Amino acid sequence: MVMPQTERAFTPDTVDDAVTVKRITKSYGAVEALKNMTLSFPRGELTSLLGPSGCGKTTLLKIIAGLLEPTSGEVLVNGRAVTGPGPDRAFVFQDFALLPWASVMRNVAFGLELRGVAQSEREAIAEKYIAHVGLKGFERAYPHELSGGMRQRVGLARALSVDADVLLMDEPFSAVDEQTRRKFQEDLLNLVKTENKTFIFVTHSIEEAVYVSDQIAILLPRPSRVSQIIRPQGFRDKDVDNIRRDPEYLDIVDDIWSSLRSYVE
Amino acid sequence: MLVLGKYRLPGMSSLLLWALLWEIVGRSGLTFFVPPFSEVCVTLFNVIGTPAFVKALQETAVAFFAGVFFAIVIGIPVGILMGKSRLLDELLLPWVNMFLSAPLTALVPVLMVLFGFGMQAIIITTTLFAIWIIILNARAGVMQINRSLVEMARSFGATPMDAFVKIYFWAALPEILGGVRIGVIRAVKGVIIGQLLISIVGFGALFELYSANFLMAHFWAVLLVLFAMAFAVSELLAALERRVAYYAASR
Amino acid sequence: MSVMRDGAEGRSPWQDLVGSHRPLLLKLLSGVLVFGAWEIAGRIPVSYAFPTFIESMSALLRMTLDGTLFAAYAETLKPLVVGVAISAVLGIALGLWIGLSKTFDWLFSPIFVVMQAAPLAALIPLLVMAYGIGLTSKVFVVCIMAMPVIVLNTAGAVRNTPANLKEMGRAFLATDRDVILKIVLPAASPVIFSGLRLGISAGFIGAILAELKITPTGVGDIITFSRSVADYASMYAAIFSIILLAVLFLNLLERIETGLFGGNVRGYASD
Repeated sequence: MVMPQTERAFTPDTVDDAVTVKRITKSYGAVEALKNMTLSFPRGELTSLLGPSGCGKTTLLKIIAGLLEPTSGEVLVNGRAVTGPGPDRAFVFQDFALLPWASVMRNVAFGLELRGVAQSEREAIAEKYIAHVGLKGFERAYPHELSGGMRQRVGLARALSVDADVLLMDEPFSAVDEQTRRKFQEDLLNLVKTENKTFIFVTHSIEEAVYVSDQIAILLPRPSRVSQIIRPQGFRDKDVDNIRRDPEYLDIVDDIWSSLRSYVE
Repeated sequence: MLVLGKYRLPGMSSLLLWALLWEIVGRSGLTFFVPPFSEVCVTLFNVIGTPAFVKALQETAVAFFAGVFFAIVIGIPVGILMGKSRLLDELLLPWVNMFLSAPLTALVPVLMVLFGFGMQAIIITTTLFAIWIIILNARAGVMQINRSLVEMARSFGATPMDAFVKIYFWAALPEILGGVRIGVIRAVKGVIIGQLLISIVGFGALFELYSANFLMAHFWAVLLVLFAMAFAVSELLAALERRVAYYAASR
Repeated sequence: MSVMRDGAEGRSPWQDLVGSHRPLLLKLLSGVLVFGAWEIAGRIPVSYAFPTFIESMSALLRMTLDGTLFAAYAETLKPLVVGVAISAVLGIALGLWIGLSKTFDWLFSPIFVVMQAAPLAALIPLLVMAYGIGLTSKVFVVCIMAMPVIVLNTAGAVRNTPANLKEMGRAFLATDRDVILKIVLPAASPVIFSGLRLGISAGFIGAILAELKITPTGVGDIITFSRSVADYASMYAAIFSIILLAVLFLNLLERIETGLFGGNVRGYASD
């Protein structure tokens, strides 16, 4: 089968890469979570890290975020080495990580608050992004009054409002129900088109990865490595409703499943 | 707590460090009220055998066990009944909640005039300290019992007595034990407070004797024994509670 | 609390009245039963030292009207307020420290765990020897009673701050100070507050114990004095008033607590 994909895993020094991961190794005692991993993330695109559980995809994301320190190797964001969390990256958490005692407004503005932005200014920005993610009217609500999907929209608005170049999303839709999830995926596609940001997206759902990604990095466990880079091309410009019927979409999903199948169980 | 990055220190080991500090403070002669730890330890072994200590320990043990016994024997059935009967619950709950947070020390003078300056008043004080939390936990335990368990008992024709002894008690056991553990810790405090205020019985009398004669090492020795026993009792009950906790999750 | 039984159409107005006010009515009934029993027991009398409910309440009214009670409470509340204030400031600071630092946890936790289980009242004779019979000793008694639960609650709450919130803070560039002030403290505050409430409850026990054991002042003085002159009605009235005061105050704190933090207990993680 001919697949429209390019191998570019080992040519990391392309100019238009927003994030580059170079020979990253992360070990916990004797256990190696990541081994000598090299990967690059083109600017303005959405790259998925896809793989079975235990393949180290969340670990890699947290290393890029600067929340975990690699045992060896380095991460470059816009050409600068990562030493910790920075203003060029924003994180969307799997379990939302909202402050339960703070309103939607304060939660969304929290990143700006920590950067010392004045209250009126940060609330104006937050208000804009609250409306942007479709939560207008919920500014004074508290997280426990919202559904899971709405909570993740708050998490997304918080990440957008700090206006970072790179958005790191750790299985952001895994804790919401299936219908909400589909809506989120469509919204995400629009977001990639309209916001000029680089998205790094961790997921364990093959369909989700193929649906939303410009580039999919398939990670395999024991030892953790990048087995394949796939760049879906034919259906990226299609209407959101037609992607799931596109033959290329279906072929890629099948292909990924057949290569991952042996790692299940 | 890790030392040098690899040696794990056991949880309570810092108490040794504090004992050392105590020794240093004691030896420095900084204050008359704190004799060196070693001196207290030596005194401890001398004191333990004395008739005064044995008598105090006996009296305290009798008052403590009698108080706890009444608190359990009265508290658990009352709690279970409250969990079962809505009327009883609504009549009693405000009082139970009130006495749970009330400063019960204020009641000791009443007990003294009603029951005399003796064992009886101390036993009742102990019971009063322990019983409310036992009632409340037994009640909570019964109220969370799975309905189908109750219906199972009824459908198999259990008498009320059978249901009480064979279902409610066992199904509520983890909560009941939790209540008993807290109740016992409170009882330890109650029995000492009772003895201090009545002060002619048990350790209360012993403390009066030592402080009147400025026998500081004796005083600390008795305190050490008392604290160690209280701690041992609460750890023992916590361990017991953990052994039952296994079925709390799988009811 | 909604304990009304539903169903049963066409009930009489009387049943509706009883139905909708049942909890209140039962509370009243319960009060009448207990105070009635007190009255009857006093009239029998079960003991020469057992005044009736009405006698005790009229003594309470008399002491309230002539100001004795207010003067007494001004005295009693002094060590309580000072002791609780010291315990709160010191206890929360220590608890924060223990919760944040593993070394301090190892060093200090055992002391407070032992203190929590131990009958600390036994220290009173020693405190009296060291600090005399004045306010200092009484404040100390309140402190040793109130402090352990405040420290242990604070430390536990700080230790259990949801890890995902702390990680979120770091991802959004929070400094250590930000993490403590904006994430750890607010997340821990419901448990810290309930620790304070329990500490105050223990402080009441300590304050009264101090007045009865060290020197009779304030309410303790009324209790001790009226006992010595066999004015049992006044003695019962004073005890009744201090228990009532403590219970009302602690209930008020509990209400404030649910009012402040009621909404925050839910909504952690992905529920």
